[in-house]
Amino acid sequence: MKTLYLAIKYLAILLWSCFVLFPFLWAVTTSFKTANGVTGGATWIPWLQYKPSLQGWQSLFGGSGGTDISGPYLNSIIVTGSASLISIVMGTLAAYGLSRFTFRAGFIRNADITFFFISQRIMPPIVLAIPFFLLLDQLGLLDTLAGLILVYIALLLPIAVWVMVDFFNNVPRQLDEMAWLDGCTPLTTFYRVILPNSVPGLIVAGMFCLIFGWNDFFFAFTLTFTDTQLLPVAIVALNSSVTPWWSLSASALISVAPLILLAFVVERFLSRGGLAGAVR
Amino acid sequence: MYRQKHLFLLPGLLVLVAIIIFPLLFTIRVSFSSWDVFQPELDWIAGGNYGRLLEDARYWGALGRLMIMAVGTVLIQYILGFALALLVLGDLRARRFFRVLFLVPMMTTPVIMSVIWRTVFHESIGPLNGMLQALGLQGVPWLSEPALAFASVMMVEIWQWTPFMFLLLLAGLVSLPREPYLAARIDGAGPIRTFFAVTFPAMAGISIAAILIRLIEASKIMESVYVMTSGGPGTATETSTYYIYIRGLRDFQLGYASALSVTYLVIMIISLTIIAKVLVRLFVKDRT
Repeated sequence: MKTLYLAIKYLAILLWSCFVLFPFLWAVTTSFKTANGVTGGATWIPWLQYKPSLQGWQSLFGGSGGTDISGPYLNSIIVTGSASLISIVMGTLAAYGLSRFTFRAGFIRNADITFFFISQRIMPPIVLAIPFFLLLDQLGLLDTLAGLILVYIALLLPIAVWVMVDFFNNVPRQLDEMAWLDGCTPLTTFYRVILPNSVPGLIVAGMFCLIFGWNDFFFAFTLTFTDTQLLPVAIVALNSSVTPWWSLSASALISVAPLILLAFVVERFLSRGGLAGAVR
Repeated sequence: MYRQKHLFLLPGLLVLVAIIIFPLLFTIRVSFSSWDVFQPELDWIAGGNYGRLLEDARYWGALGRLMIMAVGTVLIQYILGFALALLVLGDLRARRFFRVLFLVPMMTTPVIMSVIWRTVFHESIGPLNGMLQALGLQGVPWLSEPALAFASVMMVEIWQWTPFMFLLLLAGLVSLPREPYLAARIDGAGPIRTFFAVTFPAMAGISIAAILIRLIEASKIMESVYVMTSGGPGTATETSTYYIYIRGLRDFQLGYASALSVTYLVIMIISLTIIAKVLVRLFVKDRT
């Protein structure tokens, strides 16, 4: 009985792992194929039928008639990195304020302000895309990285606030009160006492900002046209009948690699603590 | 002492008001105009756009499909995510490895994975039909037959976002108190009994939060549709957001698209509120 239970458990885990890995395995084998390998049918072990080729990977840098994606790659790093950083700073400040002080203006209370921050996530990109387009056009920021960073801050700030408010709510208040007794102002308390104790929360918030920033397609797609393109836009532009699958697979793999690697590094923080309070 | 408290809140609040509130008000204003390619000025046509959208069968069809898709994928994600979280909870070998492995799809860019999935679903040279043929079966037109295309898009959504459900539910399971389990064991309750009597009720709050967050995100389904099927075949996989995109940024009927957006936002907020209330009423009994 016990053995049967264990067998089913491991079988289920194995099956789901296969499902998770399926598109990656397919992309990896495809990225080493050439014309013969692709049209020859869905073969999983390319090495048996033909020699693997590096064409797909060379095409990432303009070799083998491919498109150079290093420019969009750099753009993506700049935009996602700086927007995440700014969102984390502003979001952490706001979250600390919301968890420690009472704000009231008319009928508006702390919970309403928190909800206002988070409610932005309800709006689908398309609802915001048209006004963002016109707004950035007015500001002369259309088709610039600065404009995209501005948009991404609006996108990521709610996530930072959402994660950090719940994190701070679980940090004991005695910590602040002792610092206040020692004569610290709220600001010095914040960066001397609270911040050093908030690393797990900051990592979770940072990870989420990076995920949602790096993965956005729609705003980058509607707000840039030229060499300010971000990575997903550049890769989807390759998604035509002309681009060979091996280039497509190689570029897709290299663009999703950084966050997956990062996930393995910060795993401990992601699945423990950090979010436990966030979903009460 | 508390004089400084506004310094914490103001930067974020100002940015959000500037970047969100203004565009939202502007969208509402544009939705009352006939702004398009031929009429590049803001005029006032009162409720003209809203009258038009009431009779726009394509819009309501897209909304219906979106609701089926969002509710369907989120339910499946919830069940799978819960099961997976339970699976990696106990004394499992290499448990940390599987925890990260299960999170991997969430870390990948949806639109880029849709590019990969599109090749996976390819009718003649994709691996899915390759596998079917290896088993001696007929290939299947994954993306060109309406019902199958709809199911394929849903499958990619499930692949992509079950990890998010898994992550939230796992965090909840880890933080559950131990005492009720000891009590259940002393009472001689089996694993299934324990699950329905202890685990499931204790997870009600977290479950509702996770389902709502996922419903909000799922209602934005658009990128997988854009890449894999472009709403086709016909309009079989066209969802609201994709239809608004076509009207707004492809046909450039900004006034009409704004009206579609505003209507859509109102419908979303109302239905999410109702769903939240119903879920709380159903599953959270002994809490205030």
